Amino acid sequence: MAVERFPVEEGAILLFARAVGDPNPIYTDPAYAATTELGGLIAPPTFIQSSAHFDPDYPLRPKPGQAWFGSGRTPTGRTAETGGPGDGAGSGDAGGAKRGTGLHAEQEFEYHRPLRPGDVLTSETRPEKRWEKQGRSGQLVFSETITEYRDQDGQLVVTARGVGVRTEAPVAKESR
Amino acid sequence: MALRAATVKVGDHREMSLVEDLTRTQIVQYAGASGDFNPLHSDEVYATQVAGYPTVFAHGMLTMGMTARILTDWVGDGRLLRYRARFIKQVWPGDTLTARAELTAIREVDGNPVADFDVVTRNQAGDAVLSGDASARLDP
Repeated sequence: MAVERFPVEEGAILLFARAVGDPNPIYTDPAYAATTELGGLIAPPTFIQSSAHFDPDYPLRPKPGQAWFGSGRTPTGRTAETGGPGDGAGSGDAGGAKRGTGLHAEQEFEYHRPLRPGDVLTSETRPEKRWEKQGRSGQLVFSETITEYRDQDGQLVVTARGVGVRTEAPVAKESR
Repeated sequence: MALRAATVKVGDHREMSLVEDLTRTQIVQYAGASGDFNPLHSDEVYATQVAGYPTVFAHGMLTMGMTARILTDWVGDGRLLRYRARFIKQVWPGDTLTARAELTAIREVDGNPVADFDVVTRNQAGDAVLSGDASARLDP
């Protein structure tokens, strides 16, 4: 998985800050942000995750003309032939009863500097460790990826480590 | 304003209400903003009939994004050096989440103070849904 061009945009930052419920004006109010030590708007700490929008092959986004595994006329568009998206460590993953469910187990970000509107990033993702564990509901398979995000000058801005887990059975709803 | 090392000590902690009665609409809002359109998070038919879950549930990254606020409101903007979260339990529509952050260490990196934090987010039943840690650059 690689992203060739991820433009960090003011509007996208606004939408992201709203979605995570963070009213901090450093993300949305340029006049306020200009008065701070940062001197301008920045992106929230987990905004980098929205680079998924700029990954042409991102499996968890429906694409025109391609079968989607969510519901439409039927509960899933997946068939034995089309299958579903692969093992997407770092962003959670799809899955049905037959394949088990892929979930996001852990995420870590190392920040080399804050992201600002106007930055144009690229990223490279590489697979790291893979391990198995016996869980309550069966075998769990973990897979780790590291993604490095660089800015328009080739400088490293964020290093992300994601761990995905594939389970054999769905997780019961215990908290209600 | 950034946090000053002189004004804090190990063991200092804070709590913050992140969300009351999490809505499916906010989960959809996060799907749109993040680009993660996994139907497990927004498609009740798929989540229940195909994947076998009781209902849709929030992206782990939504909880991580909401939880970030307890850190950034405390240490100041643009000060995080590292932020890690483990997703322990599903967050369901209707959940009410509260985060707690505790300062676990103050150390010096290249002559500048850096603080380490543990963070945990719990649901209305008191169960941890996220646990993690973070480091931030402080002012002296």
